[in-house]
Amino acid sequence: MRARFMIRLASVALVLAAFCAGARLAFATETPDPVADAKAFRDYFTKRFPKVKLEDFVNGPYSMNEDMHKQWEEKEQFPPYEFALEAGKEMFSKPFKNGKTYADCFADGGIGVRQNYPTFDEKEGKVITLELALNRCRQANGEAPYSYVKDEMASLTAYMAFTSRGKAMDIKIPDDPRAREAFQDGKRFFYTRRGQLNFSCATCHVQSPGERIRAEVLAPALGILNAMPIYRSEWSGMGTTSRRFTSCNSQVRSVPLEPQSDEYRNLEYYLSYVSNGLPISGPGARP
Amino acid sequence: MASTIRVRATSNGDITEVQALIQHPMDTGFVKDAKGEIIPPHFIQQLTFEHDGKPVFVADWGAAVSKDPYVKFSFKGGKKGDELKIGWIDNKGATDATSAKIQ
Repeated sequence: MRARFMIRLASVALVLAAFCAGARLAFATETPDPVADAKAFRDYFTKRFPKVKLEDFVNGPYSMNEDMHKQWEEKEQFPPYEFALEAGKEMFSKPFKNGKTYADCFADGGIGVRQNYPTFDEKEGKVITLELALNRCRQANGEAPYSYVKDEMASLTAYMAFTSRGKAMDIKIPDDPRAREAFQDGKRFFYTRRGQLNFSCATCHVQSPGERIRAEVLAPALGILNAMPIYRSEWSGMGTTSRRFTSCNSQVRSVPLEPQSDEYRNLEYYLSYVSNGLPISGPGARP
Repeated sequence: MASTIRVRATSNGDITEVQALIQHPMDTGFVKDAKGEIIPPHFIQQLTFEHDGKPVFVADWGAAVSKDPYVKFSFKGGKKGDELKIGWIDNKGATDATSAKIQ
């Protein structure tokens, strides 16, 4: 009797072990499927917010709340990012010491190209964001790089976004396993909980868009980067995607990574790709 | 340097609506910089909008007004094409002024 029981127990254990091994194997070989991911991502938001027009998601909290939408429309007549935009335009056309300009570093002279960033550089095997490309452009021309989070960088990206307004986000994932891995890595970062509060990006921006977090209305993750850079009243100034990532991470009481670290670049790649087709609305203004 | 003042004034025949955005740090004098040193107070003390030689809007401001302030108001008596003069003076004595046509 006892012996038979032991055998049965052993076989149950064996089956369990086999199941676990199988599950682990499945995770390790999990094949990234960006196209299906992007479709599922978009469907989730459009189903959850049937009244919100697809192109309106890029307006973040204003797409979630009618009162805020009205306030914002008024604000847009005289937006707070105007000064940054003007400064960015001036900086963009001003030549470096060697006579070259930013326009020499970008396709189409850098006008109307925001929707193509971040791109995947197959030579380097890494994701190149717009901010990174701008600083590399500076360094290649013998200029000191800018801070990634605000001021000059935000002004430059504000101008570049402005020239691309209305164009659909168009991120490409080349047929390269490293590109798919970068996408997958960004996805993993997006859904991984971190910090003392144990929040993932998705906790707020997928589970709870439209809900309040303290006095703020949370923006949906769909199209969230299309509005970058943003003027935030809370910051009394402009901030880049890097600033948004680092400040989100510290708000959940985790230690933020370095701006433009591989993880953030992959995250931007993922988040931009799943918002493909939605218009660029940057620079944005947020409470 | 470009003007620190952006103005837009529109008339509907009876009422002129004015919007303005001013670039100014509006430092309160209570904030410390990254090195831990107090940023000295630096804010606009008076903002004036003049129409036809007469002030139509005067604001006595202090440190409590936010950075890059935005103002909106309306007044009666303006016509399309009239000139509106705008100027500010801050606590360091700096000034800026501009003018705009009512549209």
